[in-house]
Amino acid sequence: MISISNISKTFGQIAALSNITLEIPAKQIFGFIGPDGAGKTTLFRLITTLMVPDSGAILVNGFDTVKEYRRIRMFTGYMPGRFSLYMDLTVEENLNFYATIFGTTLEKNYHLIKSVYSHIEPFRKRLAGKLSGGMKQKLALSCALIHNPEILVLDEPTTGVDAVSRKEFWELLHELKQKGMTIVVSTPYMDEAAKCDTIALVHKGRLLETDKPGKITGSFKEHLFAVSGENQFRLINDLRNYQPGVSAYLFGQAIHLSFNTKPDINHLKMHLAKSGHGDVKVEPIMPSVEDCFISSMTSSGNH
Amino acid sequence: MNNLAGFIKKEFIHILRDPRTLIILFGLPVVQILIFGFVIRNEIQDVKIAILDYSKDDVTREITNKILSSGFFVLSENLTENNDIEEIFREGKIREVVIFESQFARKLEREGKASVQVLADASDPNSASLVVNYTRGIIFDYLKKASKEAAQPLKINAEVRMMYNPGLKSAFMFVPGTMALILMLVSAMMTSISIAREKETGTMEVLLVSPLRPIHIIVGKVTPYILLSCINAVVIIALGYFVFGLPVKGSLVLLLAETVLFISLALSLGILISTMASNQQVAMFLSVFVLMLPTILLSGFIFPIENMPKILQWVTFIVPPRYFIEILRSIMLKGTGFFNIWQQTTVLIGMTLFFIILSAVKFKTRLE
Repeated sequence: MISISNISKTFGQIAALSNITLEIPAKQIFGFIGPDGAGKTTLFRLITTLMVPDSGAILVNGFDTVKEYRRIRMFTGYMPGRFSLYMDLTVEENLNFYATIFGTTLEKNYHLIKSVYSHIEPFRKRLAGKLSGGMKQKLALSCALIHNPEILVLDEPTTGVDAVSRKEFWELLHELKQKGMTIVVSTPYMDEAAKCDTIALVHKGRLLETDKPGKITGSFKEHLFAVSGENQFRLINDLRNYQPGVSAYLFGQAIHLSFNTKPDINHLKMHLAKSGHGDVKVEPIMPSVEDCFISSMTSSGNH
Repeated sequence: MNNLAGFIKKEFIHILRDPRTLIILFGLPVVQILIFGFVIRNEIQDVKIAILDYSKDDVTREITNKILSSGFFVLSENLTENNDIEEIFREGKIREVVIFESQFARKLEREGKASVQVLADASDPNSASLVVNYTRGIIFDYLKKASKEAAQPLKINAEVRMMYNPGLKSAFMFVPGTMALILMLVSAMMTSISIAREKETGTMEVLLVSPLRPIHIIVGKVTPYILLSCINAVVIIALGYFVFGLPVKGSLVLLLAETVLFISLALSLGILISTMASNQQVAMFLSVFVLMLPTILLSGFIFPIENMPKILQWVTFIVPPRYFIEILRSIMLKGTGFFNIWQQTTVLIGMTLFFIILSAVKFKTRLE
């Protein structure tokens, strides 16, 4: 369990984190969701004792990250944003090295990483620098797991990794959770949020919301529609000017349109037809985490 | 200790798999020693000299011919009076003047003793000393042969005067200097770069999060370079001895002990630099400007400290290689024992302790 209370951290003039209070329960996958620059990496560095907060305190399994950092370092596994592998060492040498600095051996803890390592074991004589992104990621995870940590901190582990590897990776994380590991993960991909037990939405160093992914989408109070038609650029502008209390943003192939009061869809369609938009489809949809993120980002006033 | 062994093994793999590191470690010392060696060798070819012969007899002519036919010297001018010497040196046309006293042959024959004066332009001290030594060698060679035929032992009093730099030091400065330079380069620059590389690639983050203590990281980084630097030192001494005939007159054990001391100093400097540099480029720049340039310019390696302006002479007191080069020259060339170099040794020990403590204090257990 990690309890974060009133954490603030600034770099020069920039506030990387402002007044974060949060509880990360044990034996869960806890996801931090937010765009680049939200402060996720800084928060992870504070949790892993790599940095000291300006104010506030973090307790990891009851140990303070400033005073008792040596204890925390014994049972924490950390995978930084960039795969921290030695590119001139082979897969096996990387693993052996990380095993020895944690006072163990690959043979002794092979069973702990087997599920991850088995994917890359055929390439164990290959230099880490010559692996694909997905394989590097699995090797970095194996290295972080080699000492059987109680808490695993993964900073954007799926960034720059192909879709298949990403899916496999999340399956691996769920296996680890089954074994009783506490996993803290960050991602800029909103679609990965649903795979976490609890998520925290962060933006510009602030915590927007913390809850189960289902609850966050369930508490979405606005009325959401997917609008698709020709000339998206003009369409999105016309939708934004339709009436107050409307927000419209591009979401993949469609435009997501949300109203804070129940709208008259027929009126909207007529309005659009008058503005010269021919074949426009408007359908009600269920909100995703990203819709919730954008909604709470705009309502908290720091868009 | 097991984790330390793993760390050292990893460092060796880094070094042995990187061709550039290997070239710097093992190619550079050999190339530098050979380059410095041959630069000095080549300088003593076709050196322009002037002769001022007050005697103009058979003996002086024979010696002059011997000097000029040796291949080392070329006659630039025959002078007629003393007053010309200053001017011809000033013009920079010649590097040496050989002056035979009047009635040279007669004195040699009757008294068994004659004087020749050798003046050298010592504004370039290394070559001046070589030029003079070659000239003397040729004169004494003549003397040896002549002595065999003569009834009594002959003696030529070769009076040497170094112009513009009377306090000239020994000629073989380049081996001790190169040794200091290479050990500085290998030890300090390579360690600081290798630590900075871990910061740059992000692996330092994981090392810090691990239970490894800073002392493990430092010792792990430094150990391979201590071994490799020792190998380098031996290679340099061997090259100096076998290729250039540079003797080790003093104790080899003392020499190696002092070398290990200097390597430790350089390594602690390297760690200190790495605590200040966030990436490899900064580490490189700091190493070059803080370590390499003073080693080349302010240690007495190339430019004699005595010739420097007073203020720079003061600066040299904080340049560690200065002491090491003095120690090396004393042991290798003069054959002195520890008794004569204890002061320099003490300074080096003091500096080493200072830098080790400073870098241990500055080495961070966190990212900031």
